[in-house]
Amino acid sequence: MAHVPNPRPTGDFRSTYAADRTLFRTRNETMAVLAGVVLVALCPLVFGGYVLSQLILIGIYGIAALGLNVLTGMTGQISLGHGAFFGFGAFASAWISGNGIPVLIAIPLAGLMTMAVGMIFGIPAARLKGLYLAIATLASQYILQDFFARADWFTGGTYGSLAETASFFGFQLNSDARYLYLVLFWVVVAFVAVANLARTRDGRALVAVRDHYLSAEIMGINLTRYRILSFGISSFFAGIGGALYGHYLGFVSAEGFTIILSIEFLAMIIIGGLGSVSGSLLGAAFILLLPQAMEIFANGVATVVPAIAQGTAYIKQMSVGAAIILFLVLEPEGLVHRWRMMRASWKLFPFSH
Amino acid sequence: MNTSLLIQLLVNGVIVGMLYGIVAMCFVLIYKSTQVVNFAQGEFVVLGAWVCLALVVNMGLPFWLAFLFSLVFMMLFGVLVQVILLRPLVGEPVISVIMATIGLSIFMQATMNWIFGNNAVRFPQVFDQGTVSIAGLNVETAYLMSFVLSLVVMGLFFWFFQYSRWGLAMRATAWNQQIAQSLGISVGRVFAMAWAISAVVSGIAGVVIGLVSAVSNSLAIIGIKVFPAVIVGGLDSIVGAIIGGLTIGILENLAEFVDGQYLHVGNMYSVAPFYVLLIILMIKPYGLFGTPDIERV
Repeated sequence: MAHVPNPRPTGDFRSTYAADRTLFRTRNETMAVLAGVVLVALCPLVFGGYVLSQLILIGIYGIAALGLNVLTGMTGQISLGHGAFFGFGAFASAWISGNGIPVLIAIPLAGLMTMAVGMIFGIPAARLKGLYLAIATLASQYILQDFFARADWFTGGTYGSLAETASFFGFQLNSDARYLYLVLFWVVVAFVAVANLARTRDGRALVAVRDHYLSAEIMGINLTRYRILSFGISSFFAGIGGALYGHYLGFVSAEGFTIILSIEFLAMIIIGGLGSVSGSLLGAAFILLLPQAMEIFANGVATVVPAIAQGTAYIKQMSVGAAIILFLVLEPEGLVHRWRMMRASWKLFPFSH
Repeated sequence: MNTSLLIQLLVNGVIVGMLYGIVAMCFVLIYKSTQVVNFAQGEFVVLGAWVCLALVVNMGLPFWLAFLFSLVFMMLFGVLVQVILLRPLVGEPVISVIMATIGLSIFMQATMNWIFGNNAVRFPQVFDQGTVSIAGLNVETAYLMSFVLSLVVMGLFFWFFQYSRWGLAMRATAWNQQIAQSLGISVGRVFAMAWAISAVVSGIAGVVIGLVSAVSNSLAIIGIKVFPAVIVGGLDSIVGAIIGGLTIGILENLAEFVDGQYLHVGNMYSVAPFYVLLIILMIKPYGLFGTPDIERV
């Protein structure tokens, strides 16, 4: 990783391991995160439907992207099947809640179900790594997609299935403003859990597997166990995200969970920053908002050059591809790195080092 | 048991499998010489077909000339992709390289959708549509032509890597880049050439598929079908790619047959290769002919 100056204030040194393992590194950081949560919680008072729906979607995709980041960013295993796990979570939650279990309980149950499925498809990871693993997960994407189309009892087959509205002791979470709080709750849970994971023995073991798996194994880390565990954690969050997505739309159909979605999740974590907890959310926001920004841009250009008008849909898709490529070539460490550099240059101004 | 249907499907499998084999070969060529997994191989195939079609239909060129021009175009395109996109990523982790080619594939797909439209377009008549009867089986002439052309391409590949100076240089680079460099081989040029050859041959495959059926963006699925093929054969074996391609082509059609006659679950055709892929990865990750990656500490 490129050198980034220490963001802490001058003179603030850690002298104990406990201080080095805190969840937030500085008090200001704690305040900033709390303020962010409160600000989002206040959003329904100010903004209307569009902003709220975007916030909800960013939260949902952010949770799933965070899961992928545990797998790819922390453990260094590439998954091209994350979109299918996301879909599995959506179907699972719709199915569970359809069988008479309250939605709020169905969501974590769906996460656990997806976790089990993810661990089954993660078994190849016991023997494979890198490229071969990526191809194995590609296979799991297609196999799951086929399962969605086939398993009528579970997914409703080609018709899709209805997901019930979430309710909290009879209080229906049936508007964007109400649903936002449910998503916000899960976002906080997921992000605190993963940020916390990085401080535990298991989290450090995952990072060790990524950085040098042979050394990790020599240090007594069971590679198979941690590789499959990371698949489990990753698909748990994919399942939670998917479940929230399903209940938000109220309808789940197999068409949305293709390889394209898997690629978008990968794009989110690459653009946000591999292995960065907050980067997952930034990346999700970026990938979600970029096509919309491009649409506005293309419509603007189309008033000058009418030939562009029919290509708007394609420009949106092209922009995602181009964003992936440009980030890889120009800013491989993602938005989080860019933010750290800005903060560092602010702190060090007027010197550059 | 419906024997004639089975044989017909097997023949189809061989012909389709040859095409898979060709595309898999291109894929392996890039992987072997530049360690890049090209997720955009399917888009290369489609691009070649579209360019040739556009030259024939819009420019009114005769087919052979259009074919030649489209190959030249594909060559330049391959070099361009390598130089602009992948050269900056040399030495980056696997995921960056994979994502770069995935990004390229998304970008190309959208661009081609925009320029060439979403519909399937047929080539104007190039070969006559008749059928030839071989040993009591009806085989369309176009299929036969595609089979012969595939064989020719494979022969050329064999000659190139076995005897030509550049082919040997590429093999040397694939074996060990440092030693190749110290012998005066320009590794950068070899990389560019690997992409150029791969793009050109994919283009040929695209035109052939276009002639047999029709040109459409959905043909890019062949770039996904290639994965089972190369895993069966081994990621870094060109012979393996051809055998893997044939295996997957035949397997698809067998799955179709078994499904249609006995199981009736539907859609086996497209999923069966991926089950095989997973099984092979579990029991023999380096495929039939791949080099095992042995690590010693």
